[in-house]
Amino acid sequence: MTNIDMPWYLELVIVAFLLFGALVALIGSWGLAKLPDFYTRLHGPTKASTLGVGCTLIGSLLYFSHQQDGVSVQEALVTIFLFATAPVSAHMMGKAALRRRLKGIQGTRNMPDR
Amino acid sequence: MNPAYRRWQYWLPRPLFSLFLALLWLLMVDEFSAAHALLGLALGVAIPFATHGFWPEEAKIKRPLPLLRYLLVLLVDILRSNLVVALRILRPARHLRPGFFSYPLALEDDFAITILASTISLTPGTVSIHYDAEANTLLVHALHLEDEAGMVADIRERYEKPLEEIFR
Amino acid sequence: MIAAVIPVAMALFATAALLNLYRLTIGPDIVDRILALDTLMINSIALIVLSDIWMGLGMLFELALLIALMGFISTVAMSKYLLRGDVIE
Repeated sequence: MTNIDMPWYLELVIVAFLLFGALVALIGSWGLAKLPDFYTRLHGPTKASTLGVGCTLIGSLLYFSHQQDGVSVQEALVTIFLFATAPVSAHMMGKAALRRRLKGIQGTRNMPDR
Repeated sequence: MNPAYRRWQYWLPRPLFSLFLALLWLLMVDEFSAAHALLGLALGVAIPFATHGFWPEEAKIKRPLPLLRYLLVLLVDILRSNLVVALRILRPARHLRPGFFSYPLALEDDFAITILASTISLTPGTVSIHYDAEANTLLVHALHLEDEAGMVADIRERYEKPLEEIFR
Repeated sequence: MIAAVIPVAMALFATAALLNLYRLTIGPDIVDRILALDTLMINSIALIVLSDIWMGLGMLFELALLIALMGFISTVAMSKYLLRGDVIE
């Protein structure tokens, strides 16, 4: 890893993005492991993991834009792709779970009976 | 009478989409040269021509400016929703009151409904699960459902009204 | 400073991946396993990007994009299969 004279504030911003992203993604996966039924588990990955990885990618974008000449936009493409596809895959998995008649936990309101 | 292949629409069904594909290609290779611009334009013409039979009809974005404002609101809401969901995950699970509710749609356009469903999935504690095309409702699962009518009103005010304005 | 933070971030993401593996093994339904695999894919993208910075390559982006694509397509395909596989009506 080569670190050619990076100003300290930029370094601070990148570090903040990387750590915040990692923490948020960890909370999302923690939710996936601990929440009680499938429908609540669906919330962790769709929101937290996507934002966490998005933040990591933005940190990487800032880093490589400084290390190499010009702006490296490719990470931004992956971020946009992730944010566009996460709701779609969550929707499909939710539909599949409804079709398989998965039960919600006790106290789930208005459980659809399909 | 012109045969179909004489008109430019036959060869270039979506000019804006072709331009977008060319730009995307340039961003992907991360190298702005004339050769790559030509290759991108060729792909931008070839891909819509080969696949436009699969597409639904085009969505009309009438006003781009509210779209930008909508995206900004969405960005702030994604951050806010992540804090809310993170707090709910970290607290013990017995405090959760999950529930389903169905959201009556006012939008008609397929593309607008897709964007609304994605927005619902990305924002506070809600995931859209099922779209009922006959009743025109979305089935939404909320991580913490207390005030059903309030949630519906919130989605209507915050996301659906701006979307109606954009796609009208 | 970045050199000190990247191993920490990688450790956090690796823990996240372990939690996903836990959900993948205990299930209980197949949809839970699909969800766990999807999240595992997303976390591995972050791991790839972090090791990219760590090694100073700046060229593993294609890998991240490919894994994002594969993860999305396989999730949708498996869900679609479950939707069509049990048509009772």
